[in-house]
Amino acid sequence: MRFVFKTSYQQDLGLFRDGIQRNWYVALLAGLMLLPLLVPAYLVDISLVFIYGLCGLSLMVLAGYTGLVSLGHAAFLGIGAYAHVYLAQDLGLPWVVALALAAAVTAGAGVLVGLPALRMTGIYLTIATLAFALIIQEVLTHWETVTGGLRGKAVARAVIFGVSFASNEAFYFLCLAVLAAALWLTRNVLRSPTGRAWVAIRDSEIAAQSMGVNLAAYKTMAFAYSAGMMGVAGGLFAHKIGYLAPDIFTVLLSIQFLLMVVVGGLGSLHGAVFGAVFVAMLPVAISEARDAVPAWAAQVFSAFGAGAGQAVGDAVDRFVKQPALEPGVFGLILVLFILFEPRGIYGRWLKIRLYFSTFPLYKVATFKRQKVYMRSERLR
Amino acid sequence: MTLFRAEDLAIRFGGVQALDGVTFEVEPGSVFTIIGPNGAGKTTIFNLVSRIYDAGRGRLTFRGEDITHVPAHEIARRGIARTFQNIELFEHATVLDNLLLGRHTHRRSRFVEELLFLPRVRALEIEHREAAEKVIDFLDLMPYRESLIANLPYGIRKVVEMGRALCTDPALLLLDEPSSGLSVEETADMAFWIKDITGLLGITVLMVEHDMSLVSAVSDRVLALNYGRPLALGTAREVQEHPEVVRAYLGG
Repeated sequence: MRFVFKTSYQQDLGLFRDGIQRNWYVALLAGLMLLPLLVPAYLVDISLVFIYGLCGLSLMVLAGYTGLVSLGHAAFLGIGAYAHVYLAQDLGLPWVVALALAAAVTAGAGVLVGLPALRMTGIYLTIATLAFALIIQEVLTHWETVTGGLRGKAVARAVIFGVSFASNEAFYFLCLAVLAAALWLTRNVLRSPTGRAWVAIRDSEIAAQSMGVNLAAYKTMAFAYSAGMMGVAGGLFAHKIGYLAPDIFTVLLSIQFLLMVVVGGLGSLHGAVFGAVFVAMLPVAISEARDAVPAWAAQVFSAFGAGAGQAVGDAVDRFVKQPALEPGVFGLILVLFILFEPRGIYGRWLKIRLYFSTFPLYKVATFKRQKVYMRSERLR
Repeated sequence: MTLFRAEDLAIRFGGVQALDGVTFEVEPGSVFTIIGPNGAGKTTIFNLVSRIYDAGRGRLTFRGEDITHVPAHEIARRGIARTFQNIELFEHATVLDNLLLGRHTHRRSRFVEELLFLPRVRALEIEHREAAEKVIDFLDLMPYRESLIANLPYGIRKVVEMGRALCTDPALLLLDEPSSGLSVEETADMAFWIKDITGLLGITVLMVEHDMSLVSAVSDRVLALNYGRPLALGTAREVQEHPEVVRAYLGG
């Protein structure tokens, strides 16, 4: 186990704990740079991981750090996507300007949702954001002059400063760069007074208020920041899918974003990225499994006779071809994580890392939390 | 010149008159204690001062300014910090982060600067850190600096909460039952700290307390309440021996 010997306050303000940790991140970045050479076939899927990473980051700021759970983030993604495409294609603004304006428009929408949301807490806020998402879906469907309505809207490839990002490799690097920048900015905010105020609101609103945190201002700020980042993600998402239609930005997508932050691990930026990898890759894994599992099952059960193998293979095939399989698997995983690993993949990773760094002295109790039952007099 | 003044405070919760005609003054540099049986309205006074409740009647004056109607988040900026009876710390943050949040009223960086973490933000963060380290030093919290609150024992949390309030650089510190849940030794430490807070840091203390040994040890003035009405006001000894106070506690 390594101990960092601190000799200056600067060390606690750095992005990384020490040089060794920084080198790991540099190595990770180098690995991601080389990835297009190694797995060219999966580049499009990995670009989606980066875009989902932005979405996860956005919701992580709101739900994981400020404690405001939203089920309306697919709507913000939709607003960002349509605004970006409308500004860049219909109005002919430069790509970067269009994306920045789309982010600003989405942030504005975030403020609009945030304002009434200031008076609500917990589940009621979640319901309000859900209602907002449904309203936005209707708007996207019916505001045909801007959105193209149900016919949808084709999205051209991105061209930034005259450079075309049409190829999969170029788009991959674009998404990677935006995600890295977003991670850096978010980390900066979180290690500043604003980030601390958000965490304070999450853990105890009343104490935050008594310490001078203006709840309304900081909650609105969290909504605006989160929505703005979702707007940027929306712009990239539009290019990724190539064709916008209102039925993409459904509540189911919002639930997937929430799944992302819960499965990744609430309250950590790592968690947002882990969750994004998980949620973006799960459909890929499911579709691979759809092809492979029936044949594999048939082979295993053919030990009991050719007829048995055939029957089992057909049954499994019928099961995995169910259209509802994917949301079902998502839901099941969400439930299992909440039951068995509430701190998500990142929490599990911390435990594994501690296990190896303290081997053979690891204690299970290290991560145990005391249960406290004295919140009864809590003021709300 | 009084630092803090409550005049004729009153508040109703439905059919319960929680406070009725409470008036007191706190002199700068003193320790003013409010005692009373459960439900007497002690914490309600705190919640009125920190503007969590709106006073039904009466006036609160701090440094000569009327604070009866300022927004709740503005109270800390004016120089009033508080702790809570059941501890309201930020459980999933470290002790250091909790203390740094206490510096929130001294925030001078703008959001855009923070987004880019400009050198100015870094310099301000160091400034906040130095202020927090002074409090850590004062309250002997060095061993716990990096611990999550959720991992700390109750007695330490109580001290951290007081430290967070001190980080705001208050002129008036409201302590809501600083000794509740503490052992005898920890309570004795608390008495020393309260004396140091007024003596060394020059901060005025307004506290609610049940432990009479602590009350007698530190208080300059004591106010006894029952059913929201003031019973007696004076030194700890005078109030303890007041016949109305004895009756309120022992019945009869």
